[in-house]
Amino acid sequence: MPGKLKVKIVAGRHLPVMDRASDLTDAFVEVKFGNTTFKTDVYLKSLNPQWNSEWFKFEVDDEDLQDEPLQITVLDHDTYSANDAIGKVYIDIDPLLYSEAATVISGWFPIYDTIHGIRGEINVVVKVDLFNDLNRFRQSSCGVKFFCTTSIPKCYRAVIIHGFVEELVVNEDPEYQWIDRIRTPRASNEARQRLISLMSGELQRKIGLKVLEMRGNAVVGYLQCFDLEGESGLVVRAIGTACTLDKLSSPAAFLPACNSPSKEMKESPLVHPPSHGCRSTHNSPIHTATGSRLTQNFSVSVPTLIYTGMGSGSAGKEGGPFKALLRQQTQSALEQREFPFFTLTAFPPGFLVHVGGVVSARSVKLLDRIHNPDEPETRDAWWAEIRQEIKSHAKALGCHAVVGYSESTSICEEVCILSASGTAAVLNPRFLQDGTVEGCLEQRLEENLPTRCGFCHIPYDELNMPFPAHLTYCYNCRKQKVPDVLFTTIDLPTDATVIGKGCLIQARLCRLKKKAQAEANATAISNLLPFMEYEVHTQLMNKLKLKGMNALFGLRIQITVGENMLMGLASATGVYLAALPTPGGIQIAGKTPNDGSYEQHISHMQKKINDTIAKNKELYEINPPEISEEIIGSPIPEPRQRSRLLRSQSESSDEVTELDLSHGKKDAFVLEIDDTDAMEDVHSLLTDVPPPSGFYSCNTEIMPGINNWTSEIQMFTSVRVIRLSSLNLTNQALNKNFNDLCENLLKSLYFKLRSMIPCCLCHVNFTVSLPEDELIQVTVTAVAITFDKNQALQTTKTPVEKSLQRASTDNEELLQFPLELCSDSLPSHPFPPAKAMTVEKASPVGDGNFRNRSAPPCANSTVGVVKMTPLSFIPGAKITKYLGIINMFFIRETTSLREEGGVSGFLHAFIAEVFAMVRAHVAALGGNAVVSYIMKQCVFMENPNKNQAQCLINVSGDAVVFVRESDLEVVSSQQPTTNCQSSCTEGEVTT
Amino acid sequence: MTSELDIFVGNTTLIDEDVYRLWLDGYSVTDAVALRVRSGILEQTGATAAVLQSDTMDHYRTFHMLERLLHAPPKLLHQLIFQIPPSRQALLIERYYAFDEAFVREVLGKKLSKGTKKDLDDISTKTGITLKSCRRQVVEEMRGSLVDNIQQHFLLSDRLARDYAAIVFFANNRFETGKKKLQYLSFGDFAFCAELMIQNWTLGAVDSQMDDMDMDLDKEFLQDLKELKVLVADKDLLDLHKSLVCTALRGKLGVFSEMEANFKNLSRGLVNVAAKLTHNKDVRDLFVDLVEKFVEPCRSDHWPLSDVRFFLNQYSASVHSLDGFRHQALWDRYMGTLRGCLLRLYHD
Repeated sequence: MPGKLKVKIVAGRHLPVMDRASDLTDAFVEVKFGNTTFKTDVYLKSLNPQWNSEWFKFEVDDEDLQDEPLQITVLDHDTYSANDAIGKVYIDIDPLLYSEAATVISGWFPIYDTIHGIRGEINVVVKVDLFNDLNRFRQSSCGVKFFCTTSIPKCYRAVIIHGFVEELVVNEDPEYQWIDRIRTPRASNEARQRLISLMSGELQRKIGLKVLEMRGNAVVGYLQCFDLEGESGLVVRAIGTACTLDKLSSPAAFLPACNSPSKEMKESPLVHPPSHGCRSTHNSPIHTATGSRLTQNFSVSVPTLIYTGMGSGSAGKEGGPFKALLRQQTQSALEQREFPFFTLTAFPPGFLVHVGGVVSARSVKLLDRIHNPDEPETRDAWWAEIRQEIKSHAKALGCHAVVGYSESTSICEEVCILSASGTAAVLNPRFLQDGTVEGCLEQRLEENLPTRCGFCHIPYDELNMPFPAHLTYCYNCRKQKVPDVLFTTIDLPTDATVIGKGCLIQARLCRLKKKAQAEANATAISNLLPFMEYEVHTQLMNKLKLKGMNALFGLRIQITVGENMLMGLASATGVYLAALPTPGGIQIAGKTPNDGSYEQHISHMQKKINDTIAKNKELYEINPPEISEEIIGSPIPEPRQRSRLLRSQSESSDEVTELDLSHGKKDAFVLEIDDTDAMEDVHSLLTDVPPPSGFYSCNTEIMPGINNWTSEIQMFTSVRVIRLSSLNLTNQALNKNFNDLCENLLKSLYFKLRSMIPCCLCHVNFTVSLPEDELIQVTVTAVAITFDKNQALQTTKTPVEKSLQRASTDNEELLQFPLELCSDSLPSHPFPPAKAMTVEKASPVGDGNFRNRSAPPCANSTVGVVKMTPLSFIPGAKITKYLGIINMFFIRETTSLREEGGVSGFLHAFIAEVFAMVRAHVAALGGNAVVSYIMKQCVFMENPNKNQAQCLINVSGDAVVFVRESDLEVVSSQQPTTNCQSSCTEGEVTT
Repeated sequence: MTSELDIFVGNTTLIDEDVYRLWLDGYSVTDAVALRVRSGILEQTGATAAVLQSDTMDHYRTFHMLERLLHAPPKLLHQLIFQIPPSRQALLIERYYAFDEAFVREVLGKKLSKGTKKDLDDISTKTGITLKSCRRQVVEEMRGSLVDNIQQHFLLSDRLARDYAAIVFFANNRFETGKKKLQYLSFGDFAFCAELMIQNWTLGAVDSQMDDMDMDLDKEFLQDLKELKVLVADKDLLDLHKSLVCTALRGKLGVFSEMEANFKNLSRGLVNVAAKLTHNKDVRDLFVDLVEKFVEPCRSDHWPLSDVRFFLNQYSASVHSLDGFRHQALWDRYMGTLRGCLLRLYHD
């Protein structure tokens, strides 16, 4: 009996009227955990009941504590008939299970009903007493911390980064069980919500166990997803990076002390040797479709072109003669892992040695109809195959690891596309096993400080490249070779030198597909995929050149499958890396040289393109220093150079250089216009309108070239659905529609947020889905951050100056940590009046007191502000505490769609409610922000004829406490205790 | 390609003041878009009409969802669904309850019940609703100082709350304001008078223990006002009063002779108004009487405002010198307010 869960129901407010006769409600509450249920008294005739219950105590295993959500149901008592449910609150108590996070959950939670939405609020206090359990074979993994953040969380230090952890659990979807035919939609929705909550808990616990086996204490970059496979079931899967984290608590942590854990790594902790190919021969039409190249049923692998280009030649390469010391070390550290993958996108300094390029793999699968929930092996095997593929791609690029790794699926009926992608990289081995960060840091400073361009250098030998690529000497250090373009899925390393600003680059593509069944359908899809990949990459490349830039970060390519089409959407942030060569222009070549008017047209187009490039260079302030060819051509040979070359036999090109190959020429990128399609493509290149002045956008954490953020942030979600008229369903028309949809959406965002100028849309995340035949849904989540225009001017300083400056601010940051940590401080408040509210924390029922206040009433905001952001940080503030992961799943359904304002009204209200529930949970944990927030799923289905709609939303993020930097000094002089802090935040929420 | 669904939800609810105003003014989305286009916003921002349409729809949807909360402003503060900075909340409420003076002038004094509801529909549905909800709640459940009540329950600014208090006060006492004679008066005039009357003539005004009673005029006070009748009924007192006033004002008044000639009529008028206030019907006609008995006679003689002020000051003050008159305090309470009102009412 290792834990005691205590729950107290304090009060309710704003309850709905349940008794029409009296216009009041006789409410009571059921508190359920596992199989135990407690009830409060009925509070008669009130919309603001004061239950003030005793403490309900549940004595439970910590395993259950991790899996089960606390379920609170508010009901209306009815003497003569069944009690009516008002709504529910699910509380994930996981954050209470590790010592450093929240100590109590206390606050107002929206009471949620899947049919009616939010119906009032309830004030609940939850505590957990954990007893130490020394049982080594326990099934729980209490104490392992989870972070959605894809970098080492602020206020922690990575001692070891162990590596990849993954897990998946499957179950039947309650929506498709026989019982669903006889139960109400509400019961069905609630069963689903509860099941997913349970499955997430279980998944997290299992991942935690794996982390403990690896001797880690945390999971960073935790990404959990649901696959709604319809009749074949429900899959909840998660990936993450196991780490050993140290809380930064004293300045000593920054000294290069040698506190290496030096525990020998055991064998790969990823125990499940997946049973490969359990059904690959059965239904893999893809197998035959893709020919003999792959022995497993992978439909396509990206870098597609690398594969086709190198054939089997790549296989021999890894055994080649260039096994330098570094590589051996890295390899030995990584070889122990089945999958040397890291879900992180930003790294401690020195961690990332070289970056190869993007690796990705996709696989088309048919979902099996018969499904056994107890055997997730099939799904495990599918993913294992894909990961294997990724691993071999990385090897082909001379890399041992994959960073910025992510996985996704797209499901339409019984067809499922599994995708995985990441960035092949060479890592510094010291982080991975026995070294300490400090040691590495020191070493790195010695080796790499003068250059800061190391990550661009190709990680393999130029004489033995997996594919022909155009290499030059690094424009920064002039010692190492670099590719001419670099694509990655990670964030821009903080020490990278960038010229000018970055910008969001998107490639959009649609392909029609015949409707087909089962295997024929899968074959059709897998035949289309390579072409889509190719075109998406070509588009990205063209757009990048058009912007005058030479590298992409945060690349994310999403392929969505629908009944009769495939959609591809690639988003990335383009930048000009100072270390890479200046990109050549785009040259247009016509195929029919005799036609005069045609040539005129071509030259007109060429001029337009050249103008656009020039304009973009100006817009993004790209003015690289002029370098004479001679210097680049003949680098001064250095004695060390040879050995360095050997060590980092790097190659770092990616599929893109391969594209170059196919087009032959180097400095000018040639576009051949041989048919109308190509003409269309060029046109579409030019239709992308740059954001209005004062606006920038990127899909990475921070905008390259802007570093003077001010504190105003606005996170938002925008959803659009368009209906295609079936008449114009050609590829071209589709492309245009899709392109317009995305462009208009962006334009709307710029317009809506115009009051924030100058500002930048960061972490712009587009998701495409095809809910029905002729519907395209695009969901965007991003955050707008304001910045100081005046200070922005300093970014035009020379790169060296800038990076020096950056380094110094880094140091400052480091030194500030201990200061703020010792003063575990009050959460700051953007709106000062709210601070006055703390006096009222004793009485959670604000209404009674309200009348007597004579101050101008509007100044008394009663709800604490909770910030939400997809970024891992809050500009102008320091995160002082991580309170735990927020992972919530909601279903909303309506049978009165018109009355709720149609589809827009329905979804608008639902998303607002989801935000509200996330904020309420964070506030109840004592936090004032969610970072690394992500809306992982937004599945919307409508049936206007029946006046019905349903939507499923899954969101996650890290609940944190942050303190404004401007408040920092004040607060640190006050010496508040931890207790005070939690009760103060509590006060803010409850009043 | 048609847009089936198009929404934008911010963690902090975006409020566009201009669109809010258009919404409050009751424009349809189409009209609002047209007006925004005319404002030149497209040129300023480089946006397209489609963007503007989508933006306007979005704001209207938000306002529609907020309206339920605006009906009970404290709910807006406590609700969790929309995260709105306090300054923005204040703006939303203030604007929502702001009214068009011309409109309110129409409504003023009408019994806010079913009968008027129909009329309201003709004038402005939106304002009608807010007004009704305001009055209903204040009248039904509130105790305490009227202005404070409104301020606390509707979270309005001081100024707006006072205006509402005036409306409620007028409605409660059913003052006649619709007569043709009174058409020249603005809402501001009435609101001013209402405030003076609330401050001085209600129960709450004298007794702070009873400050929940400032909706109604102090009955006892009205009853006592009969005592003032002696000022005109007693001929000696009237003559003495007149001579006191005339002596004091001689040479200071441009319209002295007119004043002298009219003094008895004016004084009779003012005192009779006071004496009649015991009857509800006469309370209702207060403003009609004041205009008939005082404002109009003076105006027909072309008294300048300054002379009216001189006269009223002297007229009130001289009573203190009337030895036979014992109701000085009562007189001051009556005249103090009445003087203020009359000065405000005295214009074209």
